[in-house]
Amino acid sequence: MSATTETATAGNGHVGRAIRRKEDPRLITGRASYVDDINLTGQLWAAWVRSPEAHAKVVSIDASAALAREGVRAVFTHEDLDIESTLPMAWAPPGVELKTPDHWVLAKGEVKHVGDPVALVVGDDRYAVVDAAEDVTVEFDPLPVVTDPEAALEDGSPLVHDALGTNKAYEWSLGGGDLDGGFAEADVIVERRVVNHRMAGGAIEPRGVLAEWRADKLTVWSSTQVPHFLRLHLSLLLGISEERVRVIAPEVGGAFGSKLQIYAEEIGCAWASRKLGRPVKWVETRSEGLMVTHHGRDQIDYVKVGAKRDGTITAWHTKIIADLGAYQMLLTPLIPPCSGFVMCGVYKTPAVHTDVIGVHTNKFATDAIRGAGRPEAAHLIEVTIEQLAGELGMDRLELRRKNFIPPFSEPYETAIGVAYDSGNYEGALDKLLEHIDPAEVEGEKAELRDRGIYRGIGFCTYTEICGNAPTRAIGPSGFGLQGGGWESATVRVHATGSVTLYTGTSPHGQGHETGFAQIVADKLGVDPSQVDVIHGDTQTGPFGLDTYGSRSLAVGGEAAARAADKVAAKAKAIIAHQLEADPSDIAVRGDKFTVAGSPDKGMTLAEVSGAAYVPENLPDGMEPGLDETSFYDPENFVFPFGAHACVVDVDPETGNVEIVRYIAVDDCGPAINPMLIDGQVHGGVTHAIGQALFERIHYDEDGQLVTGTFVDYALPSAAEVPSFETDRTETPSPVNSLQVKGVGEAGTIAGSATVTNAVIDALRPLGVDYINMPLSPMRIWEAIQEAKGGPA
Amino acid sequence: MASPVRVSVTVNGVNQTAEVEPRLLLVHFLRDTLGLTGTHVGCDTSNCGACTVHLNGEAVKSCTVLAVQADGSDVTTIEGMGQEGNLHPLQEAFWEHHGLQCGYCTPGMIMAAADLLERNPSPSEQQVREGLAGNLCRCTGYHNIVKAVLSAANAGSGRVEVPAPSREGAEVAEAVSQEIKP
Repeated sequence: MSATTETATAGNGHVGRAIRRKEDPRLITGRASYVDDINLTGQLWAAWVRSPEAHAKVVSIDASAALAREGVRAVFTHEDLDIESTLPMAWAPPGVELKTPDHWVLAKGEVKHVGDPVALVVGDDRYAVVDAAEDVTVEFDPLPVVTDPEAALEDGSPLVHDALGTNKAYEWSLGGGDLDGGFAEADVIVERRVVNHRMAGGAIEPRGVLAEWRADKLTVWSSTQVPHFLRLHLSLLLGISEERVRVIAPEVGGAFGSKLQIYAEEIGCAWASRKLGRPVKWVETRSEGLMVTHHGRDQIDYVKVGAKRDGTITAWHTKIIADLGAYQMLLTPLIPPCSGFVMCGVYKTPAVHTDVIGVHTNKFATDAIRGAGRPEAAHLIEVTIEQLAGELGMDRLELRRKNFIPPFSEPYETAIGVAYDSGNYEGALDKLLEHIDPAEVEGEKAELRDRGIYRGIGFCTYTEICGNAPTRAIGPSGFGLQGGGWESATVRVHATGSVTLYTGTSPHGQGHETGFAQIVADKLGVDPSQVDVIHGDTQTGPFGLDTYGSRSLAVGGEAAARAADKVAAKAKAIIAHQLEADPSDIAVRGDKFTVAGSPDKGMTLAEVSGAAYVPENLPDGMEPGLDETSFYDPENFVFPFGAHACVVDVDPETGNVEIVRYIAVDDCGPAINPMLIDGQVHGGVTHAIGQALFERIHYDEDGQLVTGTFVDYALPSAAEVPSFETDRTETPSPVNSLQVKGVGEAGTIAGSATVTNAVIDALRPLGVDYINMPLSPMRIWEAIQEAKGGPA
Repeated sequence: MASPVRVSVTVNGVNQTAEVEPRLLLVHFLRDTLGLTGTHVGCDTSNCGACTVHLNGEAVKSCTVLAVQADGSDVTTIEGMGQEGNLHPLQEAFWEHHGLQCGYCTPGMIMAAADLLERNPSPSEQQVREGLAGNLCRCTGYHNIVKAVLSAANAGSGRVEVPAPSREGAEVAEAVSQEIKP
């Protein structure tokens, strides 16, 4: 640890500043290269023949008409693909019986959801292969369909996978404290069935793959968050030794968890390229994307909370029925347990218990979407807290304060054994109330009521878990993830003193090239413009574990800081040798390393690297060069937190909701670049507003996807969201030397409960005390009519 | 396949002529025929606006325009708006105000914003929000996009001059199309 004791703000002061992004010039001029912008000589195009049925036997496939078309090179079905393994699922929880169905690149005999691919067509032209796919005739024999996870658990339900003998994939529990005792002690018990509906990632760049097999080596460009994972699985599935597989995530146009996956299309295109000896490219249509890019959420949560009359919460139980969809993809079954890890929320509840039941249905798989389990937990906790306040007749914020875990700067162990790193929930709420006075909103309510408008205010005080790692907690013998949680970084100082940072994380919009450059620049006394950050190419740096779960800064940023610290330590040794000083007196001050007490005595990084690469005057035994790598596996997760408020106006005649104000106070430790943090919060909250009010992946009873285009799947536009008011508190994390936590998902985790609580608060005078998301005009209008005793 | 049709379009100030399938979309003509990949495809149904370009000075979604419909027209793409060293005020404003994250919607968003400011040089925040409602962004929550557009409008004293297509954009277009055409 000695090399990492300097704080982030040491050095030349770039950390903490809102520096504009290094990424942007190429992006604002149309010069960036996303997958579909890359074309190779001899490239072929792929199209997929997909099932129109939610569950059916594949009786026959006739590709003759397709093959007769000009420019069609091949049509492949399951039998053609000599891929012996199924698509990967990376969770093997010790002590849990998990039934996992086979999931092939192309369906084997049966299709399990609309969009399940049955054939792969490859040809010369991107339009012509789509025509050819239409000409592949597939005879399906429909089978019974189940889309409701609760119905799927009943005896006699159609089975999604006969081979498993049940639709129940697993049960998983996490709890601590005396639950029965807690409920026995309670004066009031509130129970709710909270539906957290299915939604999409909705990245504006569709997925795309370009695979090239050339000279016994495979190169795959994919719009992915996880190029390193993808290389590993391409190697395993296709039987190509890992050093001969290169994966490049070029510019990636957003992901939000939906590109944290090993997709059939990635494996299929790579296989076809090897088979045909030509590059093969596929780019998803939006209809395909909404159908077969993994979905998220889709939990039915039965919440039961007990409290004393004074508001003290005594026990909290949640049963989660998690709709996994038809298959278990990379992380499908472990997402619902992620809700369980944060089920204590920001409260000192002495007994908390979560039971998860994972269920298969004839829908596409769910998996990680921005927040991945934590938005579901925060939503059910914070909606239920406000329900409880209503039941107790207590102020909603007082109820929260009554139960807050008091401020802590060293790990606090919750009832379920999860140790939060640091927190100050009162502080975040106090900061929020500097921006909004709830009493004022109460006054506005009365004024607006005369004009027929119902104003409401809602709150959410949340914490979440991110920064995974640590391997000992999440790995094979811990939680059961079949992998590690560390991150890598290499800092390479060039002979002329400029720097390249290779990070194992794989950003797709977050701004790592800027934020990570600020960190390294401060460590080495250079300007961030002289630090180029390379990512997303498995051939350029060490093995990495990519970007998801708000891990990049707390794990990857820390790895970069540690690699830079190693470089700085070597630089100091060289300077000490050359200037006859004590290494411990040397530090970065401004744009050079100087000796304490002698500000003129020092060397720039360029002078040091010159000495390192022309090694005629190095300390005895020191190797030449200035190039260091760090692999960092944290000791704990980090736990960001915050307090959000939202003010809405509801028109009871139309059910329309207008967001009047949204205020977010988040704490992710000291800011590396506050501009990037605000940007993450704005986007995260908007994702949550989308879920709360507009977005829903909806299948009908036959398993047909009803919301299969952006016409039906309603992403919020600029006209539907307000300008946001953001602020921060900064509670250092004791886990890493940068003292940082993550922020990529925080807005999404806090947002849906905040908005939902505001709408319910607005509707309480009309007799409505609860509605499940999405709070569409129709649902709100119906709830009002029902409360009036009219038609529902 | 229907016989190819000859289309001639002035793109970023350079005349481009090609034989294309009648069904070829303008966005694919720009991207695949001319190699101008700054214009993106995000949804296929004209909801997301990532494909927004200017056709005869007006913003259109180029995924719903056939290349043959653009025959004889002037098209401006993001490459023609400005390049490094000679950025359009909107490009500068998006950079300055962090109006982009992944950047995928950005070219379309900038083209739509330029059209908006052309029609309404001094928009209110609400007018910017409604004016950009046909362009979807999943990253930014629109906050900084709106800020950028308002700032560009103010910087130009309520009037954003759309500069002539930059030479660099035209050169890219020309070079790429010569490379592709036999």
